[in-house]
Amino acid sequence: MKISVTDHAGTEHELEALPGWRVMEIIRDWDLPIKAECGGACACATCHVYVDAAWFGRLPGESEEEIDQLEILADRMPNSRLACQVLMSEELDGLKVTLAPGSRP
Amino acid sequence: MTKLHQETDAIIIGAGPCGLFAVFELGLLGLNAHLIDILDKPGGQCAELYPEKPIYDIPAWPVITGQDLTDRLMEQIAPFSPTFHLGEMAESLVKTSEGLWRITTDVGTVIEAPVVVIAAGGGSFVPKKPTLDNIDAYEGESVFYAVRRIEAFRGKRVVIAGGGDSALDWTLNLQPVAARVTLVHHRDGFRAAPHSVARMKELAAEGAIDFVVGKLNALAGAAPQLESVSVATAKGDEVLIADRFLAFFGLTMKLGPIADFGLNLSENLIPVDTESFQTSVPGIFAIGDINVYPGKLKLILSGFHEAALMSQAAFQICRPGERLRFQYTTSSTQLQRRLKVA
Repeated sequence: MKISVTDHAGTEHELEALPGWRVMEIIRDWDLPIKAECGGACACATCHVYVDAAWFGRLPGESEEEIDQLEILADRMPNSRLACQVLMSEELDGLKVTLAPGSRP
Repeated sequence: MTKLHQETDAIIIGAGPCGLFAVFELGLLGLNAHLIDILDKPGGQCAELYPEKPIYDIPAWPVITGQDLTDRLMEQIAPFSPTFHLGEMAESLVKTSEGLWRITTDVGTVIEAPVVVIAAGGGSFVPKKPTLDNIDAYEGESVFYAVRRIEAFRGKRVVIAGGGDSALDWTLNLQPVAARVTLVHHRDGFRAAPHSVARMKELAAEGAIDFVVGKLNALAGAAPQLESVSVATAKGDEVLIADRFLAFFGLTMKLGPIADFGLNLSENLIPVDTESFQTSVPGIFAIGDINVYPGKLKLILSGFHEAALMSQAAFQICRPGERLRFQYTTSSTQLQRRLKVA
């Protein structure tokens, strides 16, 4: 299965993804720049991504912790999510996201 | 302003797991250390960002939380009585005419030592700011991200924003001191300790504080003097009269003044040699997540190993001419005396 990630420079990358992995981990595994400073604890919001409109509604909803983290992001958009909170599954094969400015290391 | 002037063998910048374990490894070799950390408690990222998160790859601990790991390290280094300078940021690093490294912190503490160990992880913790226009212009006068002195809020109308422990704690602590405290959070649910939340709701029910569910809109007043904070609520926009605004939205990391220490940097990381974990500058070492070398793994485990090798090289600098004898803690009475168990 694959995900498509647009980096900070606007280049799109198609990445091989494994089920059960966090989208943040997949992005990091392929050496795309993503800060993710808390390592997936939903405590820093530095793995912020914009989810493609066609995909946003298909993701499981945000936890209250995730909403708290997203709340004060300067670059938050209606389609913002934390990549560490999205677990890869068959249903998300083809997921498209764009790295938000605040995720730059 | 020079607050104090102290000498030691090693100054460790960063009191996260690697900085703490460096105290231990240096201590075994008879070297003492001062630690500087911008947080007001030891543990670094582990204690600040994920105190409750289980860690599974610490040797001999099948599972341990970030806070427990910190507590265990503090217990382990206690025999070496390190000096902590918490809530301070290492601001400048210069070499003295005696060949020592002199570090000055942002509150004026001056420490000198032959060895500096940078164990700063991802850098300095800085507060996350809410995205409000012109907020910078109010900072230091009306807008704060921490309370350093409660007295500065006496008799003031204070608006506090956030839903975690800091926001709740300061709502409760400032309530008796301030003229009025208003807590703003975007939802009626909190990440803070339940008893703090319950107490806050009691105070709100008694009319002793105000609690507003809403989203921050804007600050108003002739900067730097704040006059009000406007909030979008379900019932429409509300203007909260305020002299002071406190925002508690957690912390994030920036490299900070370390970038100006004159060390070679590679994408905000400090290259080191893998024999001693020394940087491009003799006497300055970098261990843990902030360093980089071929094959680097960003694991707490790696930082511990790096601390041990760093200490061997630091000894040569701190005790020139003395022979370093490799000893095991299991058998050496000298090490056991240092550990205060013999």
